Amino acid sequence: MAKIVQLISKNCGKIKPDSVTDYVNAGGYAGLKKAMEIGPAQIVEEVKKSKLMGRGGAGYPTGKKWEQGYVRKTVFEYVVCNGDEGEPGTYKDKLILSQNPLLLMEGMTIAAYIFGIKEGYIYVRGEYYGLKEMLNNAIKNAVEANYLGKNIMGTDFSFNIHVVWGAGAYVCGENTALLESIEGRSGRPRQKPPYLSQEGLYKKPTIFQNVETYSNIPYIVEHGGDEYASYGTECSGGTKLVCLSGNVINKGVYEVPFGTPIRELVYSLGGGVSNGRKLKFVQLGGSSGACFTEEKLDTPMCYKALKDNELKLGSGALLVVDDSNCVIDFLKTITGFFIHESCGKCTPCREGNTRIYEILDRFSKGRGKPEDIDDLYRLSNLMDITSFCGLGQAATTALKDCLKYMREEFDEHIEGKCRAGVCNLT
Amino acid sequence: MNKTALLSQLDEIIEKYGGLKDNLLQILLDLQKVSGHNYLPEECLEEISSQLNLPLSKVYEVATFYSMFNHEPKGKYIIEICNSAPCHVEGADDLTQLFEDVLGIKVGEITTDGIFSLQHSSCFGACDISPAIKIGTEVYGNLTKEKIEEIIKEYRGE
Repeated sequence: MAKIVQLISKNCGKIKPDSVTDYVNAGGYAGLKKAMEIGPAQIVEEVKKSKLMGRGGAGYPTGKKWEQGYVRKTVFEYVVCNGDEGEPGTYKDKLILSQNPLLLMEGMTIAAYIFGIKEGYIYVRGEYYGLKEMLNNAIKNAVEANYLGKNIMGTDFSFNIHVVWGAGAYVCGENTALLESIEGRSGRPRQKPPYLSQEGLYKKPTIFQNVETYSNIPYIVEHGGDEYASYGTECSGGTKLVCLSGNVINKGVYEVPFGTPIRELVYSLGGGVSNGRKLKFVQLGGSSGACFTEEKLDTPMCYKALKDNELKLGSGALLVVDDSNCVIDFLKTITGFFIHESCGKCTPCREGNTRIYEILDRFSKGRGKPEDIDDLYRLSNLMDITSFCGLGQAATTALKDCLKYMREEFDEHIEGKCRAGVCNLT
Repeated sequence: MNKTALLSQLDEIIEKYGGLKDNLLQILLDLQKVSGHNYLPEECLEEISSQLNLPLSKVYEVATFYSMFNHEPKGKYIIEICNSAPCHVEGADDLTQLFEDVLGIKVGEITTDGIFSLQHSSCFGACDISPAIKIGTEVYGNLTKEKIEEIIKEYRGE
């Protein structure tokens, strides 16, 4: 049985999200208090021990990142939070932002305290604009209660948080594109290096993490990195918010410890495939994530085990796809999404997605040819190697996996057959 | 809203954001909200360009980069149907068909009374109630034809 362990989601839905009183009564700000007792060096140590990896998708160890900045005595100017979760099927940051934003803000405040940073930004995707008033109230209430603003909790540490809104652009989830957007420009990614710890927001060194990553910090500081790590596996500490979507009975966001097998997420938490259908495949990590079938379902959710199986956790979105769906039709949806979301800066991504869509469209109309499959491989490899940012590089992950695990469906379409009966093969 | 009133509202918005270039995106979001027809009128973009001291081409570049901004008048309410993978596998195409039937328009069109626009959208994180739609900041899911008709009636004020 998959178990739910609520380290960061336990107060979601139970407290008034913008109420500091509710938050404190539920144990809030204990992490910040402890942080001020133990001091920056020890906080960094606890985060390191926690084996917390960035929850936005890249999975870089947070403690390592912070330690590098701390040891090098980097003068960080900004704390930025990525609340632009745009990977289809991902709605975990929405859970925190809408139901316990003060937890995120406490985490950001602790990060700011380590480096003596005065200004913080939360960039939230425009699709969540309905949360604007509540988030502004939460900040206002935290300032009034002296957990934000000047001389926090009577110390000489001051920190402000601003909320900035996106306006519908998946690419802004890429960290440099997000910073461009905060600065009021189009969200086109910057060249890296320099990295954000060298040149981030307004070209100043910037601490940059995902909503979920910051939200883990208060727990880690309050209870210690070792305890947090103990919930997870050898290499991946703590818990992860996973988002179940698609053809599964119990869709929703669940907090589960690392090490939980993917199969348990689908069948135990998710209750299995809906409408009595059979599982065709799952896609892990959103539309840029890997697609895999039954045979890899026992892989535990752990950064290392997934990597060993050529999979990636990404954002933690788990899309279940049943056998009433057609692989070609599914890939057309995925590629259509990337055509819409490509920023147009680099040619491989801008053109590649469109060319792939054209080929897939031919398959779906019974006009696919065997040599088209070679073209699909060639285009996807080219995009992987030559695209400017992660968007184009990962846009064809699903295509490559589907070719690998479900190649026979491509061949069937060439022969004029769609086993799911979705495509109109005239 | 007439143009003079809209331009004076725009002045207030720009002032609220300190007339700073960095806040261009936020200014555009607020402007579209008060425009009445969910779009960014060209004369407003010109006004923003002059007040923020930004070339019009830059303002236009940002205004056309983000998919939530419209450049022609839309319906009073925009019905956005998610067509990303999680909603797609749960029947977003059928849902689109239902809306097209109930409203008598195709995706991309506006109802003759100017109340509704119908369009597709990338995932907005309502995957737990997929296939989902969004009208402004309100999200609806687990929809049937009856529910859709009810929602439409409600927005029409019938």
